[in-house]
Amino acid sequence: MNLSKKNQEKMFKFICLIFTSFAVISLVVLIWHILRDGYEWLRPELFTEFQSRFPRKAGIKAGVFGTIWLISLTAFFSIPLGIASGIYLEEYGKKGKIGKIIEVNVTNLAGVPSIVYGLLGLALFVRLLDFGGSVLSGALTLSLLIMPIIIVTTREAIKAVPHSIKYAAYSLGARKYQVVFGHVLPTAMPGIVTGIILALARAIGETAPLIIVGALAYVTFIPESPMDEFTVMPLQIYNWASRPQEDFHKLAASSIVVLLTITFFMNFVAVLIRSRGQKRMKL
Amino acid sequence: MFSSRSIDKIVSSTLFLCGLLSILTTIGIIFALSKESITFFSKVPVWEFLLGTSWAPLLEPKSFGVLPLVLGTMMVVFISSIIAIPTGVATAIYLSEYASNRVKNIIRPSLEILAGIPTIVYGYVALTLITPALKILFPEIEIFNALSASFVVGVMILPMISSLCYDALRAVPRDLREGAYALGGNSFDVVAKIMVPAAASRILAAFILAISRAIGETMAVTLAAGANPQLTFSPLKSIQTMTSYIVQVSLGDTPVGGIEYLTCFAVGSLLFVMTLLMNSLSQVVLVRFQKIK
Repeated sequence: MNLSKKNQEKMFKFICLIFTSFAVISLVVLIWHILRDGYEWLRPELFTEFQSRFPRKAGIKAGVFGTIWLISLTAFFSIPLGIASGIYLEEYGKKGKIGKIIEVNVTNLAGVPSIVYGLLGLALFVRLLDFGGSVLSGALTLSLLIMPIIIVTTREAIKAVPHSIKYAAYSLGARKYQVVFGHVLPTAMPGIVTGIILALARAIGETAPLIIVGALAYVTFIPESPMDEFTVMPLQIYNWASRPQEDFHKLAASSIVVLLTITFFMNFVAVLIRSRGQKRMKL
Repeated sequence: MFSSRSIDKIVSSTLFLCGLLSILTTIGIIFALSKESITFFSKVPVWEFLLGTSWAPLLEPKSFGVLPLVLGTMMVVFISSIIAIPTGVATAIYLSEYASNRVKNIIRPSLEILAGIPTIVYGYVALTLITPALKILFPEIEIFNALSASFVVGVMILPMISSLCYDALRAVPRDLREGAYALGGNSFDVVAKIMVPAAASRILAAFILAISRAIGETMAVTLAAGANPQLTFSPLKSIQTMTSYIVQVSLGDTPVGGIEYLTCFAVGSLLFVMTLLMNSLSQVVLVRFQKIK
């Protein structure tokens, strides 16, 4: 086939467009499929019932509360530690050899599969520190998992702070900690908050590491302390989806609708904060 | 109480300790994995683990050849790459060369949303939508099969490939692109002969990272690909990957210190080493690129 130059260009553009539409089509099909399967089962009982052998009587109450517990604790551990590490890497350790090593290390940690963090959690928190299959073990494991994300976004947010702000503060005689905590950090806050929300949204959807540290699929109570056993929404979804009965699949789909609503909402808020922050920085 | 000088010292050393936490995490991972793996390898020879062709640690007679799991993982990686790599590169090219702002405002958020969807959701879609759809094409397909899982893993790694390739194409110096156009090349010439070659190493690094991500992918393959470790090259059959084996054992009641418990760490070590190698390789590729530049 001998295409003219003009046709060759058009053809190439068209092929690229077809491939590009794949992402949008996948997304539309995915959401349509889940809504179609799940909308009937989106009823109040979904939120007020615990796990059950009968799909009509089963709900995600335990999962919702488990997820709230888990994410609150994860946020409690990972946010201060992640921000602090990010500040250290960007403002203090940049030139030093240890700073370089930590930097490479964080990059590598971000690429470690989540299931490996699960094995670390199992050996360290569940067995060695004897926290068992508790919310605490799960939260500590997820904290280690999302810390690299928080560190990287904190660094990027700090990097985007105009130097003029820093120099102005230094020139007025401020010490480093005053510059960092009084000026750099507040300016970088929108970017950091965006990163934190995205990281927590990821943590909400995590399943594998929690299975490894011993979260249960069949739970009929709400955790009352960090040492209690727990389940989370994705794990209940997994449990229902892996059963053969059609009704359980529908139940899984309706829970997915809930899960996706939460993660989409968090992503939306994150993007909103980011775009506002960018506008402010430009002014 | 404190002078501002000493506060400065205290703050910087506190931050340093927080920074060290990431090093401790790495040490923790290596220590946890190797401690249990060493116990495992004192019972099962390394070569039997790495070269054995039968994986049945939960059944009598037990056998500990990890190759079926590795092959299962590789099959998922291979098929998902076939789907995601061309699609991702074409998407990146379209976005960076052709797309109007309006199109960009549809495609990029879609990719971001796809990237943010929990993997369990992809697993559900593979099991309840992709497999029934594939059954129309291949009536002999099993309920749990490698193909449907690989398909959704492909969709999952697509956003990563397209966004990294997009960045790679954007990073090509403007004068290269404009010079090519000035010499009379059309957009196909410019993309195929100038842009992609110039961005090649960053694109390659993106592929490697995406493959590494696919190796570690867990819930979608656990849900959709089955739990049947076998040496097969047919994607229509049920298989088991390294990750889904670890989940399978964790869901059952396995006694601590038992051989089943130890196998998780041995398989986990192999997984960790494989992804670490891939991630390091992608960094090596990038560094070489910077030198050439």
